[in-house]
Amino acid sequence: MYDIVVIGAGVIGCSIARELSRYNYHILVLDKNSDLCEGTSKANSGIVHAGYDAKQGSLMAKMNVLGNQLMPKLCEDLDVSFVNNGSLVLCFDKTQIECLEELKQRGISNGVKGLEILTKEEVLLKEPHLNHNVVAALYAPSGGIVCPFELTIALGENACSNGVTFQFNSEVIDIKKQELSYLIKTKTGDIKTSIVINAAGVHSDDIHNFVEQDKIKVIPRKGEYCLLDKECQNLVSHTIFQLPNEYGKGILVTPTVHGNIILGPTAVDIDDKENHQTTKQGLFEVLSKAGLSLIDVPTKQIITSFTGVRAHREAHEFLIEEAEHAAGFFDVAGIESPGLASSPAIGQYVANMVTTKYPTSKKENFISKRKRIPTLSELSFDEQTKLIKENPLYANIVCRCEMVSEGEIVEAIHRPLGATTVDGIKRRTRAGMGRCQAGFCLPKTIQILARELNKDISEITKTGEGSYYITGYNKEDI
Amino acid sequence: MVKELVVIGGGPAGLAAALSARENGIEDILIIERDVQLGGILNQCIHNGFGLHTFKEELTGPEYAQRYIDLIHENNIDYVLNTIVTHISEDKVITLMSAKDGLYHISAKSIILAMGCRERPRGALNIPGKRPAGIYSAGTAQRLVNIEGRMIGKKVVILGSGDIGLIMARRMVLEGADVQLVAEIMPFSGGLTRNIVQCLDDYGIPLKLSHTVVDIQGDKRVESVTIAMVDKSLQPIPGTEKTYECDTLLLSCGLIPENELSHQLGISMNQVTTGAFVNESLETNVEGIFACGNVLHVHDLVDYVSEESKQAGQSASLYLKGLQNKEGKDIRIVTTDGVRYSVPSTLNVSRMQERQIIRFRVGRVYRDAYVSVYVDDTRIKHLRKRILTPGEMEQVLLRSDELHPFENIDQITIKIEEV
Repeated sequence: MYDIVVIGAGVIGCSIARELSRYNYHILVLDKNSDLCEGTSKANSGIVHAGYDAKQGSLMAKMNVLGNQLMPKLCEDLDVSFVNNGSLVLCFDKTQIECLEELKQRGISNGVKGLEILTKEEVLLKEPHLNHNVVAALYAPSGGIVCPFELTIALGENACSNGVTFQFNSEVIDIKKQELSYLIKTKTGDIKTSIVINAAGVHSDDIHNFVEQDKIKVIPRKGEYCLLDKECQNLVSHTIFQLPNEYGKGILVTPTVHGNIILGPTAVDIDDKENHQTTKQGLFEVLSKAGLSLIDVPTKQIITSFTGVRAHREAHEFLIEEAEHAAGFFDVAGIESPGLASSPAIGQYVANMVTTKYPTSKKENFISKRKRIPTLSELSFDEQTKLIKENPLYANIVCRCEMVSEGEIVEAIHRPLGATTVDGIKRRTRAGMGRCQAGFCLPKTIQILARELNKDISEITKTGEGSYYITGYNKEDI
Repeated sequence: MVKELVVIGGGPAGLAAALSARENGIEDILIIERDVQLGGILNQCIHNGFGLHTFKEELTGPEYAQRYIDLIHENNIDYVLNTIVTHISEDKVITLMSAKDGLYHISAKSIILAMGCRERPRGALNIPGKRPAGIYSAGTAQRLVNIEGRMIGKKVVILGSGDIGLIMARRMVLEGADVQLVAEIMPFSGGLTRNIVQCLDDYGIPLKLSHTVVDIQGDKRVESVTIAMVDKSLQPIPGTEKTYECDTLLLSCGLIPENELSHQLGISMNQVTTGAFVNESLETNVEGIFACGNVLHVHDLVDYVSEESKQAGQSASLYLKGLQNKEGKDIRIVTTDGVRYSVPSTLNVSRMQERQIIRFRVGRVYRDAYVSVYVDDTRIKHLRKRILTPGEMEQVLLRSDELHPFENIDQITIKIEEV
C-alpha cells in the first residue's frame, strides 16, 4: 500500500515525485515503458520558454513564468545542463509588428522580465545567419535551453535517492476507486494507494477517464524535428521563433545545450498516441519553414530526425487539479508546450496541493542535490587525468563522436534508476547521439550492458521488451 | 615524449604508411590504434577478394591485415592499442588517452593521418518512418555477425548498394537469413561490379536501382519497410510503393572520412571527398602532416589504400630527412566533365616521382568514353575505357618525363570525353 502513486515517469511525473519526496510519504512512480523519459519528455525542443506566449491569467502562463525562474537553480542543484541563451521571435512583415507588441504586452502582464522589441539591425547583430528579410523581433532575455533527458533523469534519480520507488514496464490498464483508496491495475499486477497523481502525458485522458465521470480528451499532436551536427553550432546562439500561429509556436531553430542545432517541430493532430513516425512531408516542412528564419539551412548536416507527440487539449490549458468526483485523484493533464519549462513549477504546485489536503511531516534528511555522471568530454586535461587515474575505464572511449567513455556507461548502468537499455545509455551519457549515430558504439554498448547486467547480448534491447538487436547465432536457421 | 613520425590509425592505411616510412629509413615511428588490435576494419571483412594487386593472391580481410601486422612486428615498429587521440595541436603535439597509460602528450615531427572512415547513418539520409531496433548500418551489422558470431536479423532489406551492403547481403544469406532485395536510389550501383555478381546475382538477390526506402514500420523492432521508385531528381514516385515485411534494414549508403582531428589542425578540406586537399606527396597544407587511405578519400579496394599509403610513408620520410624538394610550384589539377575530384589535387613537377598515380572517381556511368589529361590546352592522354562507374575508383598514371617538356604549366585537367 502506497500513500501516493504517480503515473508517468516523464519530466512532470519525476518533478512531482521529487517535490513530494521532501515529505514522509510512501511514493511509487509507475511507467509503462522500460525507463524514465520515454514519452513526450524524450522528444521535444528542450526550451525553457520565457512565458510571453501563454494566455494572460492562465495556469499555463503562471507555471511557465515560475518554471522559467526556478529552472536555473534546479539545474544547478541537480547538475543538469542549462543555458540562459535568450530567445527571439522573428517578424518578417511590417504589418505584423503589432503582433510582436501584443506578445510583449502579454509577456509583461504574465510577469516576464526584460522583454524588448529589436530592430532589424539589432537582430542581425545578435544573429548574423538569420534571413535578412526579418523586420523586427521580440527579444526575451530570460529564455533558456535545457537537456530534457538530463532534467528528467536527474529529477527521477534524485527522487529515487530520497526514497521514491520506480516501477517500469507497468502499463496501467484500469483504476478502481475504493472506499478510501485506489486499486491500480497494471499489466504486472495490482497496486493499492491512497492518492493517485495522473502525469501520464498523452495518456493522461485515459488515466483520468478510468476514475472520473466527467471525461477529458487529450489530442496527440505530433511534431517532427531534425537535428544538425555540432559543426553547425555557430548557426544561431538564441532560440529563434517565428510569430506563433494557431498550432503553436511554429518551427523554431535553436542550439541545444550540447552544441547541436535543432529544427522543428511540425504540429499535426493525430489519432495514434504512439505514432512516432517521421514523414517525408513533415521533414520537408521543418526544413522549408526553418528556411524562413535562416539564410541557409545546412541540410547536409542533418544527423537525425525524430518525432515527439505532445498532449494537447482543446482548451490549450494545463489541467492540474484534484478530480471533482474522485478525492485523492490529482490530474496533471494536457501538459504540452511549455510543459518542460513549467515542470519545476508544476512539481511544486502539485506537491503543495497534495500536502495541503493530505498533510504529513517533512523529511529531515532530504537530499536536495545530485551530481551528474562525470562527463569526460567536458573536463580539463588535469581533471581528465585525475578521473582516469581513479578509474581507467574513463580512458576507454566507446562513442568516439561524443567522446563517451566506458566509465561513463558503466556509471550510467549502476547509479540509481540505472540504464538497462541502449536508449537508456544514450540519454544518460550521449553515447550514440553523435554524427555516426551509434554506428561504431552500438556493438560495444550492447556488450557493456550485457556484461554489467549479467545478461546475454540477445537480452539487451533498444528500449525494452520486443526491441531486441540480436536474433540468434550464425547459421542456426540453416 | 617526442617521436619522429606518428601514424594515427592502425588499419591498412596506417600499417602500410608506417612500414614504408621504416623501409625509407625512419626509425622512430609510433602507430596509434584505438581498437583492441591492429588491422582496422579488415578484421571484420572475413570474405575473400583482398590482395589481388598487392600479393597477387586472394586473401580474406584478416589475412591481408595479418601480412602487414607480421611485417610491423618483424620491423619492430612501435604501436599502442586501445588508445585514442583526443587532440592534435597545430605544432603537432598529440594528446592521447588509454586505460593503460592514462592521458599523455606526444610531440611529433611528422604525422600521417590514417583514421579511415565511418558509415553514413539513417539520420543523415533523412529516411522517414519509425525508429525501432533492427536498423543497422551495414558495417555495424558486419561486426556483430562476423566478430561476435551473432545474427542481427532473419528477414532483411538492404538500402544502398555500397560494397559493404553487397558483401553483407551475401553474408546474411550464408548465415541463414532471408535477404529480400537491395534498393539503390541512384540509377547505378555504388559498389564494385564483381560484388554485384558474386554477392547478389549468385544468390538470386534482386538489385532495384532508382528505388529507395520511403517508410519504416514497427514500434519495437522493424516490421516492414516500404520501397518506392524514384524519378530523375531522386524523388519517390507516388503509386510505386511496395511494402516488404522484414525485421531488419541494413544501410550501405556511403562512407564519410573521419576527419575530426584534421579539422582541429586547420587542414584545408575538399568538399567533394570530405578529406584533406593533398599535393603529389600526399602532404596536406599543414607542413609535415600527410594523409592516406579512406580518411583522404574512400577507396574501393584495400590494395589501392596500401599503395597510396606507401607513398605517404615515403613522403614523410623525405620530409623528416630534410630531403623534400622545395623547388617548383604546385600545379592545380582541375577535374571537370564527369570527374568529381582527384587525389592529389596539386602536383609539383620538380618534386614528383617518376611515376605519379592520380586517383579519381566519376559522377555517373560512362560507356566507351575517354579519360583525358590536358596540360593547359595540350591533351597528353586520351585513354579509352569500356566502362567508368562511380562505384569504382579510377586512376591515370602521369610520368615525369611526360610533363618535363612543358614550361610554366598553369594547370593540369582531367576530364571524361565521350565519343
